[in-house]
This record gives sequence, structure tokens and C-alpha cells, in this order.
Amino acid sequence: MDAVIASLPEYWDGFLRTLYLSIISGIIALVVGTLLAAMRVSPVAALRGFSMFYVEVARNTPLTIIFFFAAIVLPRLGVKFEQFEVAAIIALSSYTAAFIAEAVRSGVNSVPVGQAEAARSVGMTFTQVLGFIVLPQAVRTVIPPLINILIALVKNSSVAGAFFVLELFGYGRQLSNDYGNQVLWILLGVAFFYLLITVPLGLLAHFVERKVAIAR
Amino acid sequence: MTSVLYDVPGPKARLYSLLGSAAGILIILGILAIAVVTLAQQGIFDADRWEIFYGPMAPDVWNLIGQGILSTLAAAAVAAVIAFPLGIALCLLRISLIPWIRIPTQVVLEFLRGMPVVLMMLFVLLVFATGQFQAVVVGLVLYNAAIFAEILRAGIQSLPKGQREAGLAIGLRSFQSRMSIEFPQAVRRMLPSLVAQLVVLLKDTSLGYIVGYEELLRKIQIMADFLGPDFLFPAFFVGAAIYILINLTVSRIAIMIERRGSKKTAGGVASAIKTVDLEVNVPGTDKK
Repeated sequence: MDAVIASLPEYWDGFLRTLYLSIISGIIALVVGTLLAAMRVSPVAALRGFSMFYVEVARNTPLTIIFFFAAIVLPRLGVKFEQFEVAAIIALSSYTAAFIAEAVRSGVNSVPVGQAEAARSVGMTFTQVLGFIVLPQAVRTVIPPLINILIALVKNSSVAGAFFVLELFGYGRQLSNDYGNQVLWILLGVAFFYLLITVPLGLLAHFVERKVAIAR
Repeated sequence: MTSVLYDVPGPKARLYSLLGSAAGILIILGILAIAVVTLAQQGIFDADRWEIFYGPMAPDVWNLIGQGILSTLAAAAVAAVIAFPLGIALCLLRISLIPWIRIPTQVVLEFLRGMPVVLMMLFVLLVFATGQFQAVVVGLVLYNAAIFAEILRAGIQSLPKGQREAGLAIGLRSFQSRMSIEFPQAVRRMLPSLVAQLVVLLKDTSLGYIVGYEELLRKIQIMADFLGPDFLFPAFFVGAAIYILINLTVSRIAIMIERRGSKKTAGGVASAIKTVDLEVNVPGTDKK
């Protein structure tokens, strides 16, 4: 137990880095994922095909492989990163974007057909229909699954700890080396900090889900 | 829905769409070309780099890859086989009518679901001092059993109330009604989600790389370390392709099951009950 108290600064540093990785990758993934979803429903065949291909491949690739590629293979090929955080953010956001694209797409499908028809009948173009009418309504149904994807993102960021980034999991590995006899407490400490992020997010998802359910 | 978002394209729009597609394909091809040229400059495409897959080394290399695939599949299979019954048990505890059982189970499930899988693997590995295989399997089992439990619970809650009421009305105990009336329907309803979770489980075996389990990715790295950095890219390329192919196949199966399921329940609740009815009441008479 005292090992945990002694290493509180490390925990705090790792906690902040986990948050940092999750927030930055989350924002990038939200933007890219929404774009991919828009491409998926667009009239241009090449965009549809590209989005479909990307989502299918990214969803079926283990995250560890993407990390291995970004952190170990890319530098060997001459793409050097100043910090390994950059590699981690690239890996996390490109992986998560595919899941967000799927969630947003199913949200778009959940908007009643009449909405898009009405929008078209008043003369709106595809971007207007999607941007002003369909997506704002899709967002409502999509928020709970999106929060769940973000929870998964926070947990997935632990993989970065194995690829040279000192976030919570990375510190957990390091500290359990330093305090070989108190591994149990060290790792429970790491678990506690993860729960500090994931449990409130989960509660938020529940809350939003109930709100949306009442509204509809 | 997709086609509702835009009007049927006229000649002008079709032309634009065609031009757009062509431009898009050109851009993608351009990026690919740049990547290929950069790679080629580093000699990635030289025949001797790929020789490991067909040259004199090939039997050893493929043997190593084969071992990697086997240990990946073995961990996934063992974990899935244990996780499913455990998930059913957790689900039963989670929907128990006794609050003392229900609430602690809920806390445990929330805990397991909020935890990175790799952290659980490391925990098992270090705290219980097990081998890597056990650590990977236990980590996967704990996490996925929690997810299976939640999926099954959602399935049971989505059933019409009458199912349970009818079960109780004909004198079944609560547990009997759960097992012989509600569970079979919930499993059926949730089959697509359950299979999708199996794909996630299969993908998560790659986390074994982090705790030192010698699965496919670890074997690839061992190979690259042994052969030298020049062979890292070819080895990684082949390994990643195999991983993705396996996962794609399982995903395809999941989608097929989903299609079959949705066809059967297309007629709504009534027809769903009818199919269940047939299978329950006429065992072995209509099938040989």
C-alpha cells in the first residue's frame, strides 16, 4: 500500500497522459469518423467505396498490430516521430475513427426517411440535407454508443503503454518492476485510475440514453 | 436510407460524380504510389527481402508463423469456451431477484468492463505468477464473460414480458423459466452481438504480445529480431495480412448469421414465437 502512496506522482503523471492521449485521439477520431460516415452515404461511388474499405479493414485489425506498425515499423521505414505519443495518437485515432463511422452511419439510418425527403423536397442539396437535417438528429441517438466507443478508447490507450509511452499502464509496468513485492497494490492503483475515467463516462452514457429515450 | 439523402442524379450530377470518383481514385493511387516509391527506395521490394518466404529459410519461417497462428487461435478458443458459460452464470446472478446477489454482481461487472484487458492480463501474470498463456486466457475470459453477461441481459430484457409470465403461470420456477424459456430466446436474439464479441475476443488475443505470450505478432517480432531489421517490414506485412484475413473471415460469418437471424424474425414477434415453438415442441420429428 505504501508503494502506491510513494508513487502517487507517477500515477498522476500517467493519469494525465492517459487523459491527454484519449482526448486528442478522441477529437481526431470523432472528426475523421463523421467524415467517413458522410462519405459512406454520399452519392460519389469512390468515396463510398473508400469509406467502406477503410472501416472494414480498420475494424478487423487488432489494435496491437496498428500500434506495432505506427511505433516500430514506421520509424524503421524513415517516418520518425519526435515523441512516441504522436505514434500512439495516430494509431488510436485511426482505429477508433472506424468504429465512430459505423456508429454515426447507423445513427443516420435511424432518422425517419420523411425528414430527408422533406428536406429534399424544399430543394436542399446533399450536403445541406446531411448537415442541417439528418446529422443533427442522428447525433441524438448516436451519443450513447459514441460514449461507449470513447470508453473503449480510454481503455485501448493502455496499449500505448507497451509501445514506449508512459501513461497509466506504462507506469503500472514500470512500478511493478520497481516494487516487485507489492505488485497487487500497484496494479490495483492503476485499475482505480482507469475506473476514475471509465465509470463516470459509463454513468453519463446511461443518463443520456434515458434522456433520449424519453424525448423520442 | 442512403438513397433518400439525395435526388436521383441527372446527367450533370452523374458527370460530376464520375469526375469526383476519378479524382478520388487518382488521389488514393497517388498516395499509394508515393508510399510504394519511398518503400522501393529503401529496397523493400528487392527479392532478397522476401526470400524468407520462399527461399531456403521458408520452411522455418512458415513453421514459426504457423505456431503463432495456432497459439493465437488456441488462446481465443479456450477463452471463448470458458467465457460463454461464465457469462451465462454472471447474467443469471445479475438478474437475480435477490438484491444481495444482484448488486454485488453489478459492481463486479462494472469493474470488469471498465478495465483495460491488457491490465487484467498483466495482473494475472504478476500477481498469480502464472504462465503467459494462462494470463492471456484469464484476462480474456474475465472481460468477455462480463460483456457476454451484459449482452444476454439486454436480450432477456428485450423479450416480451408475457414470456416469463406464461412460464411462471404454467408452474415453472423462476430459474426454470429463465433457463428453458427466456435464455434460449435471448441467445437467439443476441446471436449477432455475441458473434461480434467473439471477433473482438479474437482481436484481443493480440494483446498477449504485450505480456509476452508467443502469439502471431510476437513470433513476427522474434523472426524480425533474428533475421535482422531489413526483414521487419516483410515479416510484419505477412503477419498483419494473416491476422486481418482471419478476423475478416470470422466477421463475415457473423454478418451471415445476422442476415439469417433477421430473415427468420422478419415477421415480428409472432413469427419469432412460432419458430421457437416449432423447435421446442417437435424435437426430432421434422428433422431426421
